[in-house]
Amino acid sequence: MNPLVFTLKVTPPQRLDLSGLLPHLLNGKSSKDIAALEIGTTREKVTVGDLFRIRSGSADEIRFETGSERFDGIGQGLQGGRITVAGDVGINAGRRMTGGELIISGHAGPYAGSGMAGGRLEILGDAGDFLGGPREGEVNGMSGGLLLVRGTAGQRAGDRLRRGTILIEGDAGDWVGSRLIAGTLVVLGHVGANPGYLMRRGTIMLAKPPTLTPTFIDCGHFSSAFAAVFGRFLLAESRGAARLLRAPLRRFAGDMAVLGKGEIFVPA
Amino acid sequence: MRTITRNGVRIDETFAEAFPMRGTALIVTAPSKRWARQAAVTMTGFATSVIGCGVEAGIDSEVEARETPDGRPGVRVLIFAMSSNDLQTQLTNRVGQCVLTSPGSACFADLTAEDTLKIGDLLRYFGDGWQISKKFGGRHFWRIPVMDGEFLCEAATGLTKAAVGGGNLLICGADYDHTLRAAEAAVDAMNQVRDAIMPFPGGIVRSGSKVGSKYKALHASTNDAFCPTLRGAVKTELDDDIGCVLEIVIDGLTEAAVADAMRAGLAAIIKLGPRNGARRVSAGNYGGKLGPFHFHLKDLLP
Repeated sequence: MNPLVFTLKVTPPQRLDLSGLLPHLLNGKSSKDIAALEIGTTREKVTVGDLFRIRSGSADEIRFETGSERFDGIGQGLQGGRITVAGDVGINAGRRMTGGELIISGHAGPYAGSGMAGGRLEILGDAGDFLGGPREGEVNGMSGGLLLVRGTAGQRAGDRLRRGTILIEGDAGDWVGSRLIAGTLVVLGHVGANPGYLMRRGTIMLAKPPTLTPTFIDCGHFSSAFAAVFGRFLLAESRGAARLLRAPLRRFAGDMAVLGKGEIFVPA
Repeated sequence: MRTITRNGVRIDETFAEAFPMRGTALIVTAPSKRWARQAAVTMTGFATSVIGCGVEAGIDSEVEARETPDGRPGVRVLIFAMSSNDLQTQLTNRVGQCVLTSPGSACFADLTAEDTLKIGDLLRYFGDGWQISKKFGGRHFWRIPVMDGEFLCEAATGLTKAAVGGGNLLICGADYDHTLRAAEAAVDAMNQVRDAIMPFPGGIVRSGSKVGSKYKALHASTNDAFCPTLRGAVKTELDDDIGCVLEIVIDGLTEAAVADAMRAGLAAIIKLGPRNGARRVSAGNYGGKLGPFHFHLKDLLP
């Protein structure tokens, strides 16, 4: 079945809220219905038809032929199906998604995968700050699913992560894994200052030796079948991550400033 | 009784009567084959019959390292019980006392089913608050810190209600040596069948039982009709040329697995022939009224 394709006709005149363009919301709608949907965020009214050329198809797969830094809320609330974006996106990409797959071939703004609970989000470029983190007033960040960033991530990636897996193949900024509740965060590149800041539980794996705060305590060599099982799971997604998990690991427990039941793994 | 003769071995036109059971499958791994086997042998020990052991358990097969979830050598174990509760209790006790305790071990579910049995979900409390839950790829594991590192245990495993227990072959030979040789050949062949185990020692039971006893306290007693030393004293099932009987009992995750195992065993016995092995093969039943599964020997012949 052919996917539903959106091609940008003109540069967006304002930030767009694309959270309404989801498979389960568009299924059964005609191109005309879709063209009439409002996607503006200012007093100036903007509809899908104003900005996009629509090639009708099954909404189970939605494809954006072009991206823009002004595409906010793309895949927000995704429940199933697949969305691909051939370009950059703005904030809140894949926020609170519970299933399906969202693939962004360019860069994503802040709060990508914010509070996501399931499904798979892959960003081939870089991600902004607060990857997977909670928005203002929310208690938890990401609570399930798989979040992959092939490029770098900004500051506080994985903030308040509760469950699920985040894998960053490039570098990550300061405070990676801040306030982690549980879940697993893997960074293959370098990380900034204070990784795992105030983490309670959960697992951070860092391929490049970080500078840890004194509130992380060396627990020595790590021996468990877990590394192998998790490595096999990640092998399908990232050879680099699988390589990290095949090598011997050293375990640091922390953050002792709080509960201290979290862990940071580094190559031994 | 009418018989069919194959390669000189007489096959009784009778059937094995089997019962529905609850079953599950696990993969136990360890850093080496030796310790994977050790954990599996320990957890399937004292599990020959539900009557006295609570469960019937055995090793289905060894699993190559490249096929296990953690890439270490493993052993696939099957466990059967008459009720889901019994199975849950025994599973927790056996994994907790025999696998958790075994050096370097890890324990994985190896049966996908709608119903589940808890493993790590109960054993995690051994971690005394230091246990770590990990969910990824649709699976849920518990990491429990232990003195050699960590015990990794899947949270739950599948429970099948379509398991079948009590498939059997009664192998009758001229003397002990010949009969044992046939029984061993049959067990070797049946061990190749997936999803089926022979829970008795080495797969073989020499003390087949009948229902009931002259003693009120006992529900089962020796199968006197097949005891060679009683042939003159009771209503015997034995021919004059039979001096020894050994039985193989089979439990399977499916009816087909039990049938396949019986078929493989029969083929091995028949191939061995009466000079080297058994002269006759029969099967145990209760007239067909107790168990819903009937495995007719004539349908399983090679």
